[in-house]
Amino acid sequence: MSNIPADLKYTRSHEWLKALPEGIVEIGISDHAQQSLGDLVFVELPEVGRSLAAGEACAVVESVKAASDIYAPVAATVVAINVQLAEAPELINQDPYGRGWIMRLKPTAQGAVSGLLSAHDYQALAAAG
Amino acid sequence: MPFIPHTDDDEREMLAAIGAPSIEALFDEIPANLRLQSLEGLPSGLSELEVMQLMAARARADGRALCFIGAGAYEHHIPAAVWSTITRGEFYSAYTPYQAEASQGTLQSIYEYQSMMAHLTGMQVSNASLYDGATAVAEACLMAVRANRRSSAARILLPRSLHPHYRAVTLAMALNQGLRFDTLPYMRDGGHMSLDSLAVHDGEDITALVIQQPNFFGVFEEVDALTDWAHARDTLVIAVVNPTSLALLKPPGEWGAKGADIVVGEGQPLGCPLSSGGPYFGFMTTRMQHVRQMPGRIVGATVDADGRPGFSLTLQAREQHIRRAKATSNICTNQGLLMMAGTLYLALMGAEGLARVAAASMARTAELVAALTAIPQVRRAFARPGFHEAVLTLERPVAPVLQALAQRGIQGGLDLADYYPELGAALLVCATETKSSADIDAYASALSEALRSARAA
Repeated sequence: MSNIPADLKYTRSHEWLKALPEGIVEIGISDHAQQSLGDLVFVELPEVGRSLAAGEACAVVESVKAASDIYAPVAATVVAINVQLAEAPELINQDPYGRGWIMRLKPTAQGAVSGLLSAHDYQALAAAG
Repeated sequence: MPFIPHTDDDEREMLAAIGAPSIEALFDEIPANLRLQSLEGLPSGLSELEVMQLMAARARADGRALCFIGAGAYEHHIPAAVWSTITRGEFYSAYTPYQAEASQGTLQSIYEYQSMMAHLTGMQVSNASLYDGATAVAEACLMAVRANRRSSAARILLPRSLHPHYRAVTLAMALNQGLRFDTLPYMRDGGHMSLDSLAVHDGEDITALVIQQPNFFGVFEEVDALTDWAHARDTLVIAVVNPTSLALLKPPGEWGAKGADIVVGEGQPLGCPLSSGGPYFGFMTTRMQHVRQMPGRIVGATVDADGRPGFSLTLQAREQHIRRAKATSNICTNQGLLMMAGTLYLALMGAEGLARVAAASMARTAELVAALTAIPQVRRAFARPGFHEAVLTLERPVAPVLQALAQRGIQGGLDLADYYPELGAALLVCATETKSSADIDAYASALSEALRSARAA
């Protein structure tokens, strides 16, 4: 059974979002996603300052058996990346909601990010496979 | 047991299970006008005996000409052990095997190949080989677009002095994938690219610069200055090199202050006989930082569950069978047999042997150029030094001269009229260690006579 913190929002492509001060959003992949991928061996991060369209593939998490894209849940600018992942991709396996965060985005448009799942809804999605 | 194990009954059962009336019906979705009705112009089959007789007759017609054509494929001596070894059943397959890790010997040979190519090019990692030199250049351009994250232009500078076939194949493979190409001129006096001609691109977003060393004319480029120019502008450098030449020249990994980023080329000079254009093999090496953007298979050294050393295919998450449409390439195998010939050739020659081949080829070409330019009206097109090829200009069209030489059993070089009309009557010639002084004298006297009789005609 994977850990799905109630205070985060989720996407159908298994990213989580955490609201930080000043409208910044932190992104990572869910505990369910890291379990499905297995041991991560590489994370490809976007350049800080890059502008992303909503739904754009902007990072890659690679395990010994698969490589999966991370999508921007909203049109945004990359304001920070977790550089520790370059040397220690296993942080995502060990602490997916904490030290395994992937990037921080500043959404370009005002207003709420739509189409996100609550922890309860994501629980149902993850349980369905 | 037949090689294809399913029987007509099996087929009927399978079709019944999926509710299809026939195998043909499975292709119904292809419109009739797109389907090939018959193979026009294909003769009916021949028996093995008839094929042998036909091929023997063709081989007699070709004769055993004295070949002074290079232009991307080079006649070198191949130690007999190379082909007697790789035609063993254990090696005689074109591909990396399925269940790759069950074939440790094959994987080890690929690992040895990768190690030698990385060393030869001065890079950190090699793939298991590509289809040929031309597609390797195209793959390198596509890879550079993925690897250069400071550039968003997908724009590549291709020298006009790059092998024209490499250019054509690169455009064919990459134009429809959104890449843009600009052509860099060569200097009419030296045959090389000049830094001055790059100045028009200052301030532009250029993803990669392709540098061929030696270039198609056999001329040496100013690789250090060109590499530094590119790196100062966040442009990656794709080196296209002749592997034989690397026994003498500075490896691309040491070009300029930082070295080239991707190195590719045609592996044919390493143990592969001239054969109507192929099969040959392409090679590609790069820096570790770009390894995940490199196409093709990679073999790594590892240990098994008991700690014993072994080999495995590695970084497969880049590849098509895992990464699907987002794979680095649709390349999903390697040019195994020819790569193996290259591996054995390098192992048998050693660093010293390869250097002797390179030095002898360079010396023979110098001797050839001296002998041919001693003929009135034959001149060198370019003043800059080169490796084992040179462009000569004649004062009359090249094609009839080459025909006259062919009558005397000499393949005199490549007529550049179609590729570089601006050079006039230009001929690209090559001599390797396989040519003796007597061969060169024979060519010089035949050329002298061909030009004399052409003048008289």
